[in-house]
Amino acid sequence: MNVVVCVKQIPDPADPGALDPESKTLKRDGKLILDESDSYGVEMALQLAGDSGEVTLVSMAPNGEVSGLRTALAMGAAKAVLVSDDALKGSDALTTAKVLAKAIERAGSYDLILAATESSDGYTGTVPEQIAEVLGLPSVTFAKAVTIDGTTVKVDRQTEAGYDEVTCPLPALVSVTAGVVEPRYPSFKGIMAAKSKPVDQVTVADLGLDAANVGWAGAGQEIIEVAQAEARQAGEVIEDDGEAFNRVVGFLSDLKII
Amino acid sequence: MKFTDEHDQFRSAIRDLVEREINPHCDTWEADGIFPAHDLFAKLGQVGVLGIEYDQAYGGQGADHSFTLVMGEEIGRCHSGGVAMAISVQTDMATPALARFGSHELKQRYLAPAMAGEMVAAIAVTEPDAGSDVAGLRTKAVRDGDEWVINGTKLYITNGTQADWLCLLARTSDEGGARGMSQIVVPTDAEGFSVSRKLDKLGQRSSDTAELSFVDVRVPVDNTIGEAGRGFQQQMAQFQNERLIANYMSAANMRLALDRTIAYVKQRRAFGKTLADQQWIQYKLAEVIAEVDVVTHYNHACAEAVVAGADPFTVAKMASIGKLKCGRLNREVADLAMQFHGGIGYMEETWTARYFRDSRLISIGGGADEVMLRIIAQLEGISGDPR
Ligand SMILES: Cc1cc2nc3c(=O)[nH]c(=O)nc-3n(C[C@H](O)[C@H](O)[C@H](O)COP(=O)(O)OP(=O)(O)OC[C@H]3O[C@@H](n4cnc5c(N)ncnc54)[C@H](O)[C@@H]3O)c2cc1C
Ligand SMILES: Cc1cc2nc3c(=O)[nH]c(=O)nc-3n(C[C@H](O)[C@H](O)[C@H](O)COP(=O)(O)OP(=O)(O)OC[C@H]3O[C@@H](n4cnc5c(N)ncnc54)[C@H](O)[C@@H]3O)c2cc1C
Repeated sequence: MNVVVCVKQIPDPADPGALDPESKTLKRDGKLILDESDSYGVEMALQLAGDSGEVTLVSMAPNGEVSGLRTALAMGAAKAVLVSDDALKGSDALTTAKVLAKAIERAGSYDLILAATESSDGYTGTVPEQIAEVLGLPSVTFAKAVTIDGTTVKVDRQTEAGYDEVTCPLPALVSVTAGVVEPRYPSFKGIMAAKSKPVDQVTVADLGLDAANVGWAGAGQEIIEVAQAEARQAGEVIEDDGEAFNRVVGFLSDLKII
Repeated sequence: MKFTDEHDQFRSAIRDLVEREINPHCDTWEADGIFPAHDLFAKLGQVGVLGIEYDQAYGGQGADHSFTLVMGEEIGRCHSGGVAMAISVQTDMATPALARFGSHELKQRYLAPAMAGEMVAAIAVTEPDAGSDVAGLRTKAVRDGDEWVINGTKLYITNGTQADWLCLLARTSDEGGARGMSQIVVPTDAEGFSVSRKLDKLGQRSSDTAELSFVDVRVPVDNTIGEAGRGFQQQMAQFQNERLIANYMSAANMRLALDRTIAYVKQRRAFGKTLADQQWIQYKLAEVIAEVDVVTHYNHACAEAVVAGADPFTVAKMASIGKLKCGRLNREVADLAMQFHGGIGYMEETWTARYFRDSRLISIGGGADEVMLRIIAQLEGISGDPR
């Protein structure tokens, strides 16, 4: 069982990020790290691939960034394909999906592709499904459990009410939620071994894509304005007169939480 | 210190582990007066934290001392000094002599499982009547055929109620003073061994500290670490590891405390502005930040000296200077953190209260400040060169 995992490398959320005032996109010139959201996919892939299979990473990131890939390789992935090219600056979600689809084809034979439901920085939550569409594969979203049964994948798909049990033929793309599995910590030995694992760094041209169709040139989306989110309003304080629970219940059911 | 990408990766793995597996449980463990050492050490073992510099043949990582520095700095960020101390006992206080001088069989039997986190280790040196003056210890091991017969008492022993084995320092001849001592591995299931009591302490409350009793405890003479009669010297070498790791943890812990204090004074308002807007607070914080930065870099210089293979006297002097400075500074930082938090800082619900208690130990444990001064004076040739 070979699994490909899409892993996004993002600016460290612990450091305050900044937007480029020109393009209104996140600045990504500093060091990037593995998006925590993707550590779940990596762990799931390692568990599904077991000893007989192989886990391959694909990532698109600026400046040949490999730091986040090294973390995932240290966890146990075997190899990676990294797409890095100045021409990709300004790529929107669909372009990202097209590029990653090509990178996945380059990664070799696979039975399953995993991605996170949404990234921690961009969080459009659209890239995985677009990759599936580009590759002509079925996709299952919001997986909170994934098992393989012969030539099918079984997914518990999180819904508002609970979860659906979905069965889908392989190969397929599954996007997983945080908590699908508990990601392992990279070990010292894993970190040292990751140094010598292959990272195949490619450009847009290497993937057979036309630079005119990616990046700013190819973007079908444009960020027109970025506005500060409205400051959170002060909450309502309910004094407990012995009946306060009724108002709490009423409030929650108005919000359709219960 | 030049950190590579591998150092950064290792640092971030340990930081995640501390934040996910340790910090959320600290309140409970503090209240319980103990933490689940076997559980936690198994997790640390998987990441390779428990045998960083030890031989790969026994499951160690075979890394150099710079990775111990990284580990110490990250474990130092635990929200409970007790847990950090207990981990460092396993990694750098109870095991270095065994790794350095132990026989193949002894390392297989005790070091390998300690590195995997399957066995908990403790270091048993201090006694009711001998702490700073290690040469005054009285616990005795008398040879009977192929066995040592051990009698005595050990006090303030970290991991004491949970340990599977002890690195015991005992007298094995009647020579007296620093001569005629040996380090012996004592499994805690040996007959005649018992935990007399678990001690109630000011700080480090999540760590179990115990008084241990030995009544005709028999262990094989093969359990001797290294050479019989060389125990004192081997223990003095082991103390250097103990002090270095304590310094690394302490500096990181101080920096964390300062960062948390800065975050607090930036949002707490008084007299129409934030506390951070008061110049007194800015300068006081800047002052200690400067001092913490200096000891942090001194620690890095110590680690570099160890990596470069500096002679034991140089390492001993640097470790002692670092420990003296970290111990004193930690008390100052804890006082400042408490002061700038005001009333809430005095409350048990705020981290400052625990830190205030925990911070006091480093000037006492592993050689008190005055013992550090004594060593520095000796090594500087002021009080007569011990060489
Ligand atoms: C006009 C425009 C310009 C932009 N310019 C830039 C730019 O210059 N530089 C830039 O970095 N971003 C840029 N972005 C943002 C970028 O398009 C998105 O971040 C990116 O397409 C992924 O979308 P997302 O993070 O919302 O992915 P989501 O759909 O939320 O991601 C879900 C999952 O898909 C996978 N995935 C997503 N992206 C990647 C990736 N790059 N590599 C591997 N796996 C991935 C991961 O598993 C991820 O968790 C731009 C966006 C727009 C609209
Ligand atoms: C929480 C905790 C955990 C510990 N864990 C362990 C452990 O795991 N294993 C272990 O073996 N021990 C352990 N110890 C013991 C610790 O190492 C000793 O407490 C320490 O070395 C001091 O020894 P003492 O308590 O006997 O103090 P004493 O030797 O009685 O000294 C008392 C004080 O006298 C002063 N003093 C000492 N010598 C001189 C001098 N030459 N000149 C001037 N002043 C001097 C110092 O201020 C010192 O603090 C632990 C202690 C504590 C509190």
